[in-house]
Amino acid sequence: MSPSLQLALRYVFSRKRTMMMSLLGIVFGIAFFIVSQAQTSGFQKVFIDTILGTSGAIRISDRFQDNETTINKVSTDGKTHFIFKNRENSRFIDGIDHPAEIIESLSNFPSVIGISEILETIGRLNSHSRGQSVQVHGLRIQDHIKVSNIENQLIQGSIENFEKDRMGILIGYRIAQRLNIKLGERVNLVGTKKNFQLRVSGIFETGASEIDKKRIYIDLSTARSLIGKRFGGSILQLALSNVNNAPDVAKQIQESIGHRTVSWQEREKVWLDVFKALRISSAITVSCILLLSGLGMFNVFAIMVIEKTRDIAILRSIGFSPRDVSSVFLWQGTIVLIAGIILGVIAGAIATYIISQIPLSVRGIFSTDKFAVNWDISHYLTAVFIAALCVSVASWIPARRASRIEPAKIIRESI
Amino acid sequence: MDIPLLQVHDLSHSFLEGDERVNALRGVSFEAIAGELTSIVGPSGCGKSTLLYLLGLLDQPDSGEIIIDGKEISKSNEEQRTMLRNQSIGFVFQFHFLIKELTAVENVSLPAQKKGLSKKIALEKASDVLCKLGLESKRERFANKLSGGEQQRVAIARALVNSPALLLADEPTGNLDSANSENVFELLQNLAREQNIAVLMVTHNEEIANRCDKIISIRDGLIIN
Repeated sequence: MSPSLQLALRYVFSRKRTMMMSLLGIVFGIAFFIVSQAQTSGFQKVFIDTILGTSGAIRISDRFQDNETTINKVSTDGKTHFIFKNRENSRFIDGIDHPAEIIESLSNFPSVIGISEILETIGRLNSHSRGQSVQVHGLRIQDHIKVSNIENQLIQGSIENFEKDRMGILIGYRIAQRLNIKLGERVNLVGTKKNFQLRVSGIFETGASEIDKKRIYIDLSTARSLIGKRFGGSILQLALSNVNNAPDVAKQIQESIGHRTVSWQEREKVWLDVFKALRISSAITVSCILLLSGLGMFNVFAIMVIEKTRDIAILRSIGFSPRDVSSVFLWQGTIVLIAGIILGVIAGAIATYIISQIPLSVRGIFSTDKFAVNWDISHYLTAVFIAALCVSVASWIPARRASRIEPAKIIRESI
Repeated sequence: MDIPLLQVHDLSHSFLEGDERVNALRGVSFEAIAGELTSIVGPSGCGKSTLLYLLGLLDQPDSGEIIIDGKEISKSNEEQRTMLRNQSIGFVFQFHFLIKELTAVENVSLPAQKKGLSKKIALEKASDVLCKLGLESKRERFANKLSGGEQQRVAIARALVNSPALLLADEPTGNLDSANSENVFELLQNLAREQNIAVLMVTHNEEIANRCDKIISIRDGLIIN
């Protein structure tokens, strides 16, 4: 142990009360930071899981022959003009005409781990004396399991029943509530061309109320019969090995196949921005606690340097260099910081666990029955980094001042 | 003829006091021999302490030379000065200036630890020095739990722990009663002789000054005797 560290330890323990106040500031700052980030990112994670579990990482839909509009509005010299482009041979393709070919070409993307062809249409679901319009999703369930969380979203019934029964239907739980539909009952689905009697194979809850109150799943071939369209018009829903790369992969896919390809980040930008703003806002608020504790610590060290000028002069006279003297104060900051980090991280983890057990029912854009928290090492590292930054500045300035003390002047003035 | 351990040639130093420049030392020259106790006397403000701080490398002279053991040290850099303060020069002040958060033995061991000795060896060495100064039973006491005389002896032990060639004492008896003053003086005198150290002691006590091997009298920044 260096003499500077030895002295620093003695100084810290000789001022238990003031050092404890500084320590508490750091502990609370780190703990609050961890808890606030765990909460905000916890709800964000539930939201992301929900949207990935319902609409996948990437969706491929319509195709434009070219990306230029037929009429461009231009403004020059304050006057508005229009440029008309002849698009005689241009064509808009609704959905994907040849899904098999697209699916084959998508197999060249190693990050794509699941593809589900979906035919989206609208229909009217009638049961007993009631009915409501619904969004019909025709799909192959085994493909869809790979790109969604439908298995876990089922609250009644089973995937097996739906798979076995071509005339089976999975319905959102809000639809089931509204139309008073029970598992195994028969319902009437009216499409644009035909209508079918279908048996309820399952009831699902995604947590996204817009889906739970409007969406139903039926077999892809049944859906085609419902609208009288044997080919085309479908979309593709993709799962990726790394969902964070979705924007880049979507861009590559769009460039290679020409179809409109949207990542989940682009699709849910508004909500993701809201969560981001909440996280930044809470991080700034909680960082202020760390900043304040840093200021408190700065005061403690600044006063200590004044009180210890005689000790500093003595240390210089017995062979301590200015750097050795400053390291006495830097070590004190480091001791308090390390203790603060250890206690703050433990307190933050315990508080996060306790909060995660608090019951809280949320439905709307996602579904949760207790406080959602996210256990992410980056929250801990960020909290530690901010605390280290505040404490470093708080101890570095007084330490620098201490190293500049002229020993002869201090001794002369002390006598 | 004894070779002087310390040679001071034409040493001058001034400092600003408010707007006025004070010439604290004006061309001071003298020598000190190892094994001798030299007293520096003079009225308050004559430049005695300033001379000691210059010799202890706590301050830098405007001009002149300080030669210790044949090496000119007044113009050495901060790193060299720090090393010399640690290994070649011991300092004892009027007020003991012990670190109250440390025990007597820890205070004494600090220069030895700074020199590079392990904490264990430095503490052993510090214990030996304290033992020689009759403070064996006080070694684990915190500095503020010692009497004035004991504190000053601990300060002397701290100055001696690295076996310096030059010991500078700035009124070491100034804050002690006559019995303790006598003890401290005898201690310094014995150290000079037994350990062959050149001891320079600033004092206001004429009786003590007269018992030293050599007396340097300073007035208005000049040596008058």
